[in-house]
Amino acid sequence: MPKGILGKKVGMTQIFTDTGLAIPITVIEAGPCIVVQKKTPDTDGYSAIQIGFGEKREQLFTKPMKGHFNKAGVQLRRFLRELRVEDVNSYQVGQEIKADIFAEGEKVDVVGTSKGHGFSGAIKRHGFHRGPMAHGSKYHRRPGSLGAKGPARVYKGRKLPGHFGAERKTVQNLDIAKVDAERNMLAIKGAVPGPKGGLVLITLSTKA
Amino acid sequence: MNLIDMIEQEQTRKDIVDFGPGDTVRVHVKVVEGTRERIQVFEGVVIRRRGSGLNETFTVRRVSYGVGVERTFPTHTPKIERIEVMRRGRVRRAKLYYLRKLHGKAARIPDRLIKR
Repeated sequence: MPKGILGKKVGMTQIFTDTGLAIPITVIEAGPCIVVQKKTPDTDGYSAIQIGFGEKREQLFTKPMKGHFNKAGVQLRRFLRELRVEDVNSYQVGQEIKADIFAEGEKVDVVGTSKGHGFSGAIKRHGFHRGPMAHGSKYHRRPGSLGAKGPARVYKGRKLPGHFGAERKTVQNLDIAKVDAERNMLAIKGAVPGPKGGLVLITLSTKA
Repeated sequence: MNLIDMIEQEQTRKDIVDFGPGDTVRVHVKVVEGTRERIQVFEGVVIRRRGSGLNETFTVRRVSYGVGVERTFPTHTPKIERIEVMRRGRVRRAKLYYLRKLHGKAARIPDRLIKR
C-alpha cells in the first residue's frame, strides 16, 4: 500500500547516531493530515485519496471550498493534495494520517517546490564558468557561444539565462532518520527541495 | 519552541566542561576495536573552537615523536567519554594557528592565573 503525508519544511540541523556519526537531517513538521475525499474508479475513473493539511483563517476560504470540507465533515485545511492508492476502502473520510505511518530507516521520496531564483544568468542557472573579472577583460558573466555558424540558428534546448527555480522537484530515496508522531516530526537524512516553511509531500520511495 | 531547537537541545551534551583555546586538555575518546570498546586518551593544546550549538567543534594539537598531530572533535559527539582540563593557558588569540610554526621552548603557553 503506498503511503504518504504532507508536511512543512522546518529547516536543517544534524544529529548524532549511536556510533557517533553526525548525520545531516531535514526536520519536517509532518501532518496530521485528514482524508477529505475518496476517489473511486466508478465515480472518478481512478482511485485516490484526497488529504488536507495546514491551517488558514476561515474567511479566506471560498464558499465552494467550505462546502467541500463540510460535505466530508472535517475541519478546513489550507492544502489539498491527492495520493494514488490501490485500495480506497482501507481509508475512511475524516481519518487522520500522522507521522507514525513511517518508520525509522524507511526510504522515501520527497516532493517540494524548489526555491525561486527569478530570472537568472547562465552561471547560476546552469553552472557555467565565468570570464576574468579584470586584466582588461570585458567578458564577465555572459553565456558564450550559442553554437556553430552552419545551422544558422540556435538549437532547441540551448542552455541560456531564464527563469530558475520555483518548480516541482522530487528527491528520491532519502532515509528517514527519526520519527516522532507526538510532535508530528519527521527527520529525513539529507536535503529536501524548497524554502523553510514550504509544503512537502513525503511518499514511500518508488525505488524501495 | 520550534522543532529544530528541541532536537538540538536533546542532542546537546550538558556535561561538557568549560575550556577554551590555549588550555591543555585530555580528551577521553571511545574507540571500537572489532567488538571491544575501549577508551583512548588524546592530550594536547586546544587551538580552536568553532561553530555554535550542536555544530560546534574543537581542535586539539599535540606533538608526538616530533610530528605535530591535530584532531578535531565535534564538541557534542557521544564518542567523547569526558574531557579533562589539565592546564589553563594564557593566550591572546582565539585561533592558535601560529603554534604550528613553532616548536620547543617557543611553543610553550604560559599558565593563566585563575581568580578564586
